[in-house]
Amino acid sequence: MDSSPGPPIAPPASAGGAFAPLLTRRRRKRFSVLTRRDKLTLGLMVGIPAFIHIFLIWLPAIGSIVLSFTSWNGIGGLDRIKFIGFRNYENLFSNYPPFWPAFENNLIWLAVFLFIATPLGMLMAVILDQNIRGTRIYQSVLYMPVVLSLAIVGFIAQLMYSPGMGFINNFLQAVTGDPKWVTSGTAIDWLGTPGLNFAAVLVAASWRHVGYIMVLYLAGLKSVDNTLREAAAIDGASGRQTFFRVVFPVLAPINVVVLVVTIIESLRAFDIVYIINKGLNGLGLLSVLITNNILGEASLIGFGSAMAVILLLISIGPIIYYLARTMGREAE
Amino acid sequence: MTATSAAVGAREVVTGRRRRPHYLTHAFLIFMSLLWFLPLGWAVYTSLRPYGDTGGNSRGYFSVGGAYNLNNFFNAWNQADLPLHFLQTILVVVPALILILFFSSMVAVAVSRYSFRLNLAMLMLFTAGNLLPQQVVIVPLFRLYLALPMFAPLSDNGMWYDQLFGIVMIHLAFQLGFCTFVLSNYFKQVPKEINEAAVVDGATVWRTYRSVLLPLARPALAALATLEFTWIYNDFFWGILLLRSGDKFPVTSALNNLSGQFFTDNNLLAAGSLIVALPTLIVYFALQKHFVAGLTLGSTKG
Repeated sequence: MDSSPGPPIAPPASAGGAFAPLLTRRRRKRFSVLTRRDKLTLGLMVGIPAFIHIFLIWLPAIGSIVLSFTSWNGIGGLDRIKFIGFRNYENLFSNYPPFWPAFENNLIWLAVFLFIATPLGMLMAVILDQNIRGTRIYQSVLYMPVVLSLAIVGFIAQLMYSPGMGFINNFLQAVTGDPKWVTSGTAIDWLGTPGLNFAAVLVAASWRHVGYIMVLYLAGLKSVDNTLREAAAIDGASGRQTFFRVVFPVLAPINVVVLVVTIIESLRAFDIVYIINKGLNGLGLLSVLITNNILGEASLIGFGSAMAVILLLISIGPIIYYLARTMGREAE
Repeated sequence: MTATSAAVGAREVVTGRRRRPHYLTHAFLIFMSLLWFLPLGWAVYTSLRPYGDTGGNSRGYFSVGGAYNLNNFFNAWNQADLPLHFLQTILVVVPALILILFFSSMVAVAVSRYSFRLNLAMLMLFTAGNLLPQQVVIVPLFRLYLALPMFAPLSDNGMWYDQLFGIVMIHLAFQLGFCTFVLSNYFKQVPKEINEAAVVDGATVWRTYRSVLLPLARPALAALATLEFTWIYNDFFWGILLLRSGDKFPVTSALNNLSGQFFTDNNLLAAGSLIVALPTLIVYFALQKHFVAGLTLGSTKG
């Protein structure tokens, strides 16, 4: 596909919009051709999808905030809801042991993606962007895990890590000739040892994340005007200088996308730990705690909402940053 | 050899890029590719071997020899009720895809070609909603799904909860954001004269959308369909949260109930994983261009 963006053709700001005549009562020549029926059509074309989106996403998001200040066990009507101020948050921070480990795991996940997996994906993109023989094959192989669901990645992690039947321990046993590597009791239980299992999961999740970032970044690199690189080379810049001083700054828009994708993916992480052991025994994440609160026996709605609000607070910064950067360009 | 290296040399001159020694780059790339291919290659190898030849006190998993056959695939297919779950997947993916592309193309046309001010507000709302982690909304959403009524045949219990209809709706709500964003950028590049010509011909807004703009967007729609198919097919979370009846689970969510059964037999686990992964791998290899285009449309344009 043609990945050179070109300036988006935005209508001149002075043209107003189809709805401007309704709002300002000033008739503008360009839009007088829209009949009442046309305006109704346009209203429905936007209105129905917008209603679905707001009703199923923004309404519950606001609901989470409101409910986080209440106590309600979900039984009985909405009139049973009692406002209790910040007590859910106090309980969350001081009386709920799984919270801080999960919070910490989310931060570690974010750090590993941000400082290891994402840079590795960018590095692969920079290398494969050169006219290397077989670049399509390398790209396909690195990208393959991205089309798999994280649930399947969890299954494949089991194939690699399981103590008696997994690749790693069987490989070690074959190389060393020592049966202790696969004997239960002495074999390393990669997914069953707290701490170690989280590192193992991060390796598996990175397996998928690197290819994702690589493809996003490759598309960005292809859109960089080659004359920039030529000019840098003529000025005597080295390959590294050309990338960091010329190409990287030009790629600011794609850098924003990569950054936000990385943060949001880290906060959404759920499937892989849930399929391995329901997110217990060292694999806790905020997303798992919130989900278990709903699916578990005693659903504490206000408490679950408070955890959801924590997640919202962490994610709202990157989202606003992303909107400001991309939509800001749009508005120009 | 000489011809190729001459060509490479010529390209170097043209692009003016400095090159590292080729063999080092290639060694690194081959190493990375082998490392990346290993888990899937291992899954294929393990899936072809009977448990009796690899597990227990036999020759072990890191070995050659013994039988190679497709029995694990047949066993996984039957034991895990995969045909049933694939059917549920189809019942979710097809309506969801159609509705997502239909609704998002309507919003994209309306906001990108008729009202610029609304465009920005709508895009912000949709994009922000699309980026929210799902868990932010699920506590009230779960209650909503228990409370909202729905008639047969879309619901067999009168609720949104435990219904494929409900799964379709939540995919629709979340994916509208991304698709609207991509399509409205696409429509912005279509010359405005096309709208004006349609108006001169007396076409209504609906007819302009249906017969003029929508056909023009076919490449973008194809790219989005490929990408959205993979995302919806791969969804694990919504099925787990919003369904209860085991026989209604789409195939990816159904993996959750299979883990206990499969984790005692890695050969069966490998075969089951590959069967479930196959549709997305096929779509990826057959429609690679569309797939990558869809992913990058949203990130490089606009």
